[in-house]
Amino acid sequence: MNTVNLTMAVVLGGLYATGFYLLLQRSLMRVLLGIVILGHGANLLLQLAGGSQAGRPPMLGDVPIGQMADPLPQAMALTAIVITFALTTFLLALAYRAWQLLGHDEVQDDVEDRRIRRLEAELAHADEETEQELDSEATR
Amino acid sequence: MLALVVSHLLVALVLSLVSMRHSRAIYPVAALPPTAALCWALAHADSVLAGSPPVTRMNWSATLGLEFAFRLDTLALVMTLLVSGIGVLVLLYCRWYFGTPSGDAKRSASLLLAFAGVMFGLVLADDLLTLYVFWELTTICSFLLVGQSGVSRESRRASLQALLVTTLGGLVMLLGFIVLGESSGTYRISELAADPPDGAAVAVATGLILVGAFTKSAQVPFHNWLPAAMVAPTPISAYLHAASMVKAGVFLVARLTPVLSEVSYLPVVTAVFGLVTMFLGGWRALREHDLKLLLAYGTVSQLGFLMVLAGSGSYTGELALAGMLLAHGAFKATLFLVIGIVDHQTGTRDIRELSGLGRRMPWVTSVAVLAAMSMAGVPPTIGFVAKEAAFETYLGTGAVAAVEAGIVAGSVLTVAYTARLLFGCFASKRGAVPTEAHPVPAGMLLPPAVTALACLVLGVAYPLTDELAATYAERAAGSSGEYHLGLWHGFNQPLVFSAVTLFAGLTLAAHNARLNLLRSRLPRPLDAQRGYERIMGSLERLAVGVTGRVQVGSLPTYLGIILLAVLVVPGSVLLMRVTPIEQLRWWDNVLQLPLALVILVAAAGVVRATRRITAVLLVGVIGYGIGGMFIVGGGPDLALTQFLVETLTLIAFVLVLRRLPARFTETPSARRVRLPKVLVSLAGGVFVGFAALIFSSARDTPSRVSAEYLEHAEEGTSATNVVNAIIVDFRAFDTVGELSVLAVTATGVASLVLSSRSARRRKHARSDWRQLSATARPTAGEHGERGSA
Repeated sequence: MNTVNLTMAVVLGGLYATGFYLLLQRSLMRVLLGIVILGHGANLLLQLAGGSQAGRPPMLGDVPIGQMADPLPQAMALTAIVITFALTTFLLALAYRAWQLLGHDEVQDDVEDRRIRRLEAELAHADEETEQELDSEATR
Repeated sequence: MLALVVSHLLVALVLSLVSMRHSRAIYPVAALPPTAALCWALAHADSVLAGSPPVTRMNWSATLGLEFAFRLDTLALVMTLLVSGIGVLVLLYCRWYFGTPSGDAKRSASLLLAFAGVMFGLVLADDLLTLYVFWELTTICSFLLVGQSGVSRESRRASLQALLVTTLGGLVMLLGFIVLGESSGTYRISELAADPPDGAAVAVATGLILVGAFTKSAQVPFHNWLPAAMVAPTPISAYLHAASMVKAGVFLVARLTPVLSEVSYLPVVTAVFGLVTMFLGGWRALREHDLKLLLAYGTVSQLGFLMVLAGSGSYTGELALAGMLLAHGAFKATLFLVIGIVDHQTGTRDIRELSGLGRRMPWVTSVAVLAAMSMAGVPPTIGFVAKEAAFETYLGTGAVAAVEAGIVAGSVLTVAYTARLLFGCFASKRGAVPTEAHPVPAGMLLPPAVTALACLVLGVAYPLTDELAATYAERAAGSSGEYHLGLWHGFNQPLVFSAVTLFAGLTLAAHNARLNLLRSRLPRPLDAQRGYERIMGSLERLAVGVTGRVQVGSLPTYLGIILLAVLVVPGSVLLMRVTPIEQLRWWDNVLQLPLALVILVAAAGVVRATRRITAVLLVGVIGYGIGGMFIVGGGPDLALTQFLVETLTLIAFVLVLRRLPARFTETPSARRVRLPKVLVSLAGGVFVGFAALIFSSARDTPSRVSAEYLEHAEEGTSATNVVNAIIVDFRAFDTVGELSVLAVTATGVASLVLSSRSARRRKHARSDWRQLSATARPTAGEHGERGSA
């Protein structure tokens, strides 16, 4: 009786797909928007998890309890909305600061990791030379 | 016993604290605990020989069955004589060796004492795991003592090599201990020895334990860490890498020979590896010019010899082992300490530079000669006595004769490098300038003199030595034999071997120069040091390769991998578990349809948007659409919050967007990977949609918690809005937590925004000041000029 209807499933899928795609981008602003959209999707999922069929507000006295929507996921989703807002503003401030300091809002590759890759390439290149060196050392 | 071991460590700790001031006076103090240990062991010698060894057990974790078990049996007594006896002498010697108050001296005192303590614990251990703990502690002490201050690259490399090789062996050995202990039901060595276990597990365990013993006792192919460790100060080399620690492997094999008496391959393996090590060590010793390295390879060779004897398991073999352990400890410590004196007083230990020391240092020379006699096996020293017993062990035919031949050949090399050492160090060489040397202080000569005298006394007073060795051999082999240690057994084969060994060895030494020439032409296909370096090098290469491939440093890649993992692991489970989706329907409320359309179109628009403001506004549309969905789904509170928050978010975005460029920056590389990103994201979306359908369908009972909230909301909180009641009453603490998250975030945002503002203000201030100073400077110059004029 609680199964999510198809339209909502499609909406959820669409929201998550959009969120994932934006999250995979280089621009910090797009990543941030991705997080916002993912947050929307998650909140919607929470509310739907309570059952979408009995769609009356959980206000006592108006309708019998059996027809009310589940209040607990709603309370959770409410908290989640506020927390998402907090997260969004903080990331926004970070993006702003990054743009101020660096002059762009791109998520760049980790410098240290890039250095390791370069080292690996150098090692692969230098491997043969070391081999010869060791040989000459051994015969000395 | 535990108290004695701990007292070593405690004194070491105290010394390390007070050593800042009295760096020379601490060595005699450090010698006190080993002296106590030695006296204690000697006081119990009678009861040990009578067969009632003192035992201490401390159960420190009863539930896990872990205990410290110590037992002073004959083997432990022999080893204690070496460990504590030589420990005392080396510590006294250090007082003279480390002359000036240096960092090395301060550190070495407490470390050497700590090492003496853990080595003492190691030889007493009667529990496999206790033994392992002390075993690794000796490795750590060795690492610290070889590495010293770690200033020189050479000492760092040597100490690391020693650490890696011996720890590798130690870990393999631990595995062997566990296999042995678990398969036979006890870790107590004395219990295991009383009832030797049998079976495939024990055979496997033996192999693993031997790896540990071979690495610690520097057997081929693990031998190279020992010569490398010679970068340590000489007293440390004398103590750790000649007299005590490297004997731990041999000791372990001797300790476990009665336990592993059912393992038939043990004597074979120890004989093969031991002989190869003995020969290779002796061979290399003939080539070295550094006296210390020469002795180090000599030690490797002798350790091979000891390993052969330790694994033999026969009465005579164990008898020879006990004699040889004492002999080697005495003569090798003496020679190392003598070389320490030579190095200290002349400033070199290179054979090619030393000349005429015999005349300058007569006492030192006589001490060295005495020890060298023992090393070469010249009567009446203990070395001769023990070697006779070893030759006696392998009298026979077939494989036994092959071992005998190997021992004789190794002993020939021993004699040869002994002669090379003595000649190279003390003889006057033709055409060489006699080496200048400072006079040797008597206190420095005393320790090696004592050990040299021990070489002689142990040999001359052979009945005493024999009592100790024979008691050990009988218990280790489980049977007694006719043979006893002695100086004279009549004209027999061992005597002939001894004579041949001496003669051949001296001949070899005389022709060594020519031999070395020949040797330098031989190809060296296998080199242990090179092998070690190759292995370490390829390990590092592998690490760089793996890190380089796994840690690409790109955030999208990492996220993509996480997403793929989600798709593969829970996704495949979702596909495999066919859960029927009940009551499938298109919508619950017709209003959902247009809202869904708006949301999806807006979402598509966000993806395609190139202007920042467009994207942000479209996300706002999505947010309001979600709010609409909330209303339709029966959540007016949710919708209200959603609208409010969405508005606030929009305002915040717009405030920031004012300062950012209008369009997203597009990198050309991003276009290439667009398709995989789209595919992965779409798959993720499909996964979530399906999961939502299946999970919500799988739920069959309504929430009991919600039912209770619905029931008690009115009487408990006098609120009709249940969501409100939950947030501000039932789960009020959660809301407080949420509020504190908001507060923290607000602080973070404020600090980020304000810091940029204050930075801007500072910049302004700086440029103002620069303008000011720029206008002020010329006036200062004018003043200056006026002053000089």
